[in-house]
Amino acid sequence: MNHIERGITITAPLLSMVGIHKSFARVHVLKHVDFTLQAGEIHALLGENGAGKSTLIKVLSGIYSADQGRIHIDGKEQVFKSPRAALVAGVGVIHQEFNLVPHLSICENIFLGREHLFGRGWIRWRKMRREALLWLEKIGLLVDPSCKVGELSIGQQQMVEIAKALSFDAQILVLDEPTAALTQSEKKALFATLCRLREKQVGMIYISHRLEEIEELCDRITVLRNGESIGTRMTKETSMDELVGLMVGRKIQEQFPRELTIKQPAERLRVEGLTQQGKVSQVSFSIQAGEILGMAGLIGAGRTEMANLLFGVQKQDAGEIWLDGKQIRIRHPRDAIQAGLAYVTEDRKGEGLVLSRSVKENFTLPSLASFTKGGFIRKQQENEMAEKLMRQLGIRSTGIEQKVGFLSGGNQQKVAIGKWLLHQPKVWILDEPTRGVDIGAKREIYQLINQLTEQGMAILLISSDLPEVLGMSDRILVMREGKRVALFNREDADEEKVMQAASGGGSLLA
Amino acid sequence: MHREMKARDLRVSWLQKMGPLAGLLLIIILLSTISHDFLSMSNIFNVLRQISINALLAFGMTLVILTGGIDLSVGSILALSGVLTAGMMGMGIEPWLASLIGIIAGAVMGSINGLLITKGRVAPFIATLATMSLFRGLTLVYSEGRPIISDDYSFVIMGQGYFLEIPIPVIWILICFFVLGFILKNTPFGRHIYALGGNEEAALLAGIRTVGVKVAVYTLSGIFAALAGIILTARLSSAQPTMGTGYELSAIAAVVLGGTSLTGGKGWITGTLIGAMIIGVLDNGLNLLNVSSFYQQVVKGAVILIAVLLDRSQKT
Repeated sequence: MNHIERGITITAPLLSMVGIHKSFARVHVLKHVDFTLQAGEIHALLGENGAGKSTLIKVLSGIYSADQGRIHIDGKEQVFKSPRAALVAGVGVIHQEFNLVPHLSICENIFLGREHLFGRGWIRWRKMRREALLWLEKIGLLVDPSCKVGELSIGQQQMVEIAKALSFDAQILVLDEPTAALTQSEKKALFATLCRLREKQVGMIYISHRLEEIEELCDRITVLRNGESIGTRMTKETSMDELVGLMVGRKIQEQFPRELTIKQPAERLRVEGLTQQGKVSQVSFSIQAGEILGMAGLIGAGRTEMANLLFGVQKQDAGEIWLDGKQIRIRHPRDAIQAGLAYVTEDRKGEGLVLSRSVKENFTLPSLASFTKGGFIRKQQENEMAEKLMRQLGIRSTGIEQKVGFLSGGNQQKVAIGKWLLHQPKVWILDEPTRGVDIGAKREIYQLINQLTEQGMAILLISSDLPEVLGMSDRILVMREGKRVALFNREDADEEKVMQAASGGGSLLA
Repeated sequence: MHREMKARDLRVSWLQKMGPLAGLLLIIILLSTISHDFLSMSNIFNVLRQISINALLAFGMTLVILTGGIDLSVGSILALSGVLTAGMMGMGIEPWLASLIGIIAGAVMGSINGLLITKGRVAPFIATLATMSLFRGLTLVYSEGRPIISDDYSFVIMGQGYFLEIPIPVIWILICFFVLGFILKNTPFGRHIYALGGNEEAALLAGIRTVGVKVAVYTLSGIFAALAGIILTARLSSAQPTMGTGYELSAIAAVVLGGTSLTGGKGWITGTLIGAMIIGVLDNGLNLLNVSSFYQQVVKGAVILIAVLLDRSQKT
């Protein structure tokens, strides 16, 4: 036996990744990462967003190839040219989004693309069903394999994915945030299956933000930070505080040029009990004029849903919104804009910009009415405003007629923010305003945010970048599972406290 | 890097705009060297009159396609508006009033399409495929499958008359062309159409009433189809219940030949007029050359394919 929890490893590791290095366009995403996995072990991979977890997994599963480093499975060196090659070598990945065809049966899904295993030219259905049943029994999913996958619950679909991976004789199973969409009882069933597989000597890599799950399930924990492996610990010997400390590290504050700009306390925006069934429940907060309220939380905590609700993109089931002391009703983004809200979305290409149109047209889209007289757009005035705005924001482009799709990420983001400036909003919702933006442009965006608050605008800053939230916000609200779980003043907040609140991992302290 | 992008950007948009025009000129030069009648004044007006119906349908279709949609029902709207107008006149109603009723009917049919697509959340292709059959059926029911004669002089000049030597249908398309071009370029509504077709989510988040814009666009398409139906009825001195069958495809072809993207957000009304002219010139030229109508279809199909393939190769 080579049970890890006894602290003795006798056999060679099932998987060893040594010195894995990967960079994209001079950005080093993985810096000589080492990682080992034993047979019969559940090994947690922990780290903040952007720490390099998913890149490491993509290297392991053959989606990316590493620039440097070696992968050994069962002592044999492997180079994966495709996800299929990794699968055949015994690495099965259960992604957050399943690769299942809902209209096909469980059995057809498990053997999709491999039907030839069951006869030449035609499929021997009974044999295929028998074998599928075998795999389902192995993981404890007692469902008729001829059921359509689309009729199963999310938890059951995930089991089918696991069965599918195992049917390739996978000895290594990677689970990426497997509990994100599961109910409590589905989670229990999943854990039982994983424990059963552990006994059968399958090695599992478990990626999750939820520390309490890791404590319950995992034997060892490896922490990644900024693309480096910071350390590997035995779960039993490690405290929650130590883990959070490892994840977060110490970071420089100077890149955040925040100065306090609340001149006199005056409430700009107040939100009470904002609710959307199943997504956001009873969220309340207020923002002063000139204040930045940071909103932290893990992916799926309901922050973007909250923003959509506030801006009228989704229908509010309950809640009240006050702006400058007056209650307002928001049923459509148009209402929000007219009331004086601006919303820079998380997904700028998908929601923020019309890539096929010019910088100018994107700029003036929300405020076209103010350039219109007698039903016609006043071109000259529009051009002048667009030119001015482009200079003011330092957007590098060939002119106001250039299509936004041809701009770089940072410049696109400036257009996405700039289009609201013409409107002189009172409240800004900024959702991940610096994601995918280079360092230089990031700083410019922070300075722009400071300027906005100096003019008395209130800002709701949603960000998954913890140092950013801490560095820029005057107060920090933490969300988890659609609820407000904590509110910190700037002085009281640190990364550990925020992380703890966001992951709900207080239990590890005990 | 940026300079390269600029050069490419400009070249692509210039080619996309000039490509259809160059194609049209090429065909005109080719045909005029082969047939001497081709460039005579009377033939030019003849071509313009022939394309007027298709151009009107294609104008409405351009708006719809710019939003990323499609309208297959225009041929049927044309027919139903035509027979209704003719029927009203048969009942003794003044031609202008009967025409107005026909136009209103087109607007109602178009807005039904728009509501099905927005409020009913039916895909534009499916919704208008259904209403294509629905409106055609109503046309046959109303007319009992027979043509309705309408030879009132003040009515038929709409399709057959001249104003200062110019055929009246040609005047109609010129008016519609300039008005639409102006709307698309210079009004918030035009901007909203492009924004909606380019990125519906972004348009919604910029406060645009996306539902309203879509309904308006399908309504306009219905109005253009009705106008085409009335002019066609006037030209034929009667409303045929089967008229306009298959016209939606010619209209789509004109839009695509003009360089408007079927995925929405990109295109212009001038391109559509050129596209309609390419089709019209080909029809006319091949007729003058006594090419059999069987071969004409082959040539038209080939021209559309060549145009689209050229367009593709510029983009990649």
